[in-house]
Amino acid sequence: MSSAESGSTVGQGRSEFGVALFLGALGVLVIVEALLLPESLIARGPVGPMAVPMVVGSLLLIVAVFLTVDLLRGGRGEPEGGEDVDLTGRSDWRTIAMLAAAFVANALLIEGLGWPFSGAILFWGAAFALGSRHYIRDAAIALALSFGSWYLFAFGLNIVLPVGILRGIL
Amino acid sequence: MGALGELINGFGTALTPENLLYAFLGVLLGTAIGVLPGIGPAMTVALLLPLTYALDATSALIMFAGIYYGGMYGGSTTSILLNTPGESASVVTAIEGNKMAKSGRAAQALATAAIGSFVAGTIATLLLALLAPTVARLALQIGAPDYFAIILLAFIAITAVLGSSRVRGLASLGIGLTIGLIGIDITSGQQRLTFGIPELADGIDVVVVAVGLFAVGEALWTAAHLRRSPIQVIPVGNARMGREDWKRSWKPWLRGTFIGFPFGAIPAGGAEIPTFLSYVTEKKLSKHPEEFGHGAIEGVAGPEATNNASAAGGLVPMLTLGLPTTATAAVMLVALKTYGIQPGPRLFETEPVLVWGLIASLFIGNTMLLVLNLPLAPVWARLLRIPRPYLYAGILFFSSLGAYSVNASPFDLFLLLAIGALGFMMRRYGLPMLPAIIGVILGPFAEEKLRQALQISNGELSGLITPLSLIVYVIAALLLLAPLVRKLLPRRAVVPVLAETAEAIEESHHQHGLTDSVSVETKKRAHREGPGM
Repeated sequence: MSSAESGSTVGQGRSEFGVALFLGALGVLVIVEALLLPESLIARGPVGPMAVPMVVGSLLLIVAVFLTVDLLRGGRGEPEGGEDVDLTGRSDWRTIAMLAAAFVANALLIEGLGWPFSGAILFWGAAFALGSRHYIRDAAIALALSFGSWYLFAFGLNIVLPVGILRGIL
Repeated sequence: MGALGELINGFGTALTPENLLYAFLGVLLGTAIGVLPGIGPAMTVALLLPLTYALDATSALIMFAGIYYGGMYGGSTTSILLNTPGESASVVTAIEGNKMAKSGRAAQALATAAIGSFVAGTIATLLLALLAPTVARLALQIGAPDYFAIILLAFIAITAVLGSSRVRGLASLGIGLTIGLIGIDITSGQQRLTFGIPELADGIDVVVVAVGLFAVGEALWTAAHLRRSPIQVIPVGNARMGREDWKRSWKPWLRGTFIGFPFGAIPAGGAEIPTFLSYVTEKKLSKHPEEFGHGAIEGVAGPEATNNASAAGGLVPMLTLGLPTTATAAVMLVALKTYGIQPGPRLFETEPVLVWGLIASLFIGNTMLLVLNLPLAPVWARLLRIPRPYLYAGILFFSSLGAYSVNASPFDLFLLLAIGALGFMMRRYGLPMLPAIIGVILGPFAEEKLRQALQISNGELSGLITPLSLIVYVIAALLLLAPLVRKLLPRRAVVPVLAETAEAIEESHHQHGLTDSVSVETKKRAHREGPGM
């Protein structure tokens, strides 16, 4: 038990370096991309499109270095708290994966199936991922929300969300 | 006198039945949102941005301002009845407020919070009405180099003051600035960081960024750490207070107002610092210092007044300079931009109906909030029992809806998820949200001003130096090097109240969240140190 726990703290510490790595990589990306910008023909003024990306990229690189130093000195990021947040455990990746799946399902299906169904799938899937097991009640709420929002957007805001398979019916 | 006349015209705008309705909807929604865990006012305004397609600008802004104010009220209800502050602005309220609630004085705590918020909000809005036109007039004389310097100062102030780590604040700013760079550069027509993806040519829509960071990121983060045990809500009747409570509350209300307003107006990370400052001040001045830590009413009255006053103060730079100092103000600026309204010192000239209607609606909204909150506290408390799966599924549902409706493109939904993942990572590793969203919004603006300034000076860097910008740069440098400067100063030079405030803030960052989770954490830490090391 205690060995697993200390293992997780080491892993946590190491993953913090991932943030520094991410910032450094982002900095390099921004700088390289700026250097590859072709000579502009219509640029006005002495400051071209390159200058600011160079500065932002350098900022990211500097921050990455400082963050690494901070981490080596034992500094740790402080995870954000909240009313419903319990920071004593580790991240629940299963829930996250299921939520992301519901989210992606909506993104893939919204044009073909239409928002009234893809949105309902998103809501139902997310509620399931978060531990709700009232399948019928969840489905009823999901459909009420997605159809309701479709009508609200169509008549209230003049935005027509995709109708998909219900073309001609809605 | 000009300001008062304009304000009366503003009431003419705000008192139309339609705008009254939107103000009412705003404060109602804002309070609900403030009470609900996991959703803040910034996220709510971000989720409601699609409404801007149907409403006119004045009505939308009136509603958003109602949400902003209402969120402050609702947040205090949560922190008093739950002891789990959702927003940094109500962390301090939880210290004394929850103690009061536990000893059976929840009604008095809620009453002093609501009435104090009303008093502070009204005075601060009046200050806003009187000061803002003057500030705007002065700001009209500011040139591009000064503007650039001020934005730079805002960046540094927000990253240096906020949270416990300035490196992480800067990291967040860098991420925001990078997102702001994506798209076609207006002056040269070059595509930057688009990698040939046509959907990125116009840049990432700020709505998608705001909803992704605040709504999706927050929902994913909370879902990964969802508290499984049911939370304890302290039962409460109608909010009310007795004569003794009034006597002990009115001075903290007024002091809180004058602490909160100026702090709200500078980009110092919103209400966190002034509320702590108010708390420490009240503790010093109280005739009952022994009650602090056990439910002193001054410790609720002062900070609650402060956080509402700082919300009004935050509107000063937003309306006069186009500089947001809080996340909610930042998202409100996004709303203005979707109407094609250019925020800045000219706003008072070009959009007087909007600006004064908005200011007048703040008075009205504040009054509505008082009426809503005193008798309805038990009803609001019931919202705390909403099933969490529905709450967070609903947030993801409305986020997708909002982001899709911007461009009607599924691509934006994938982008939304990616930015949500970024928000998750930032929450996990303690990178604050505010610098990122400010970077996205103000980054392109800063670049534009920089180029304008250098165009005028023909590329000479000396063109960036004016008397005003020089002062601003010096302040910025001092802020950035503050830890070094503090070491050089003799100990005595530090004002004791400020030192104590800094200490209190530091402490709150070490033990945020529920009191019992904190105790568990410390136990665990002790356990770890035992056999491991």
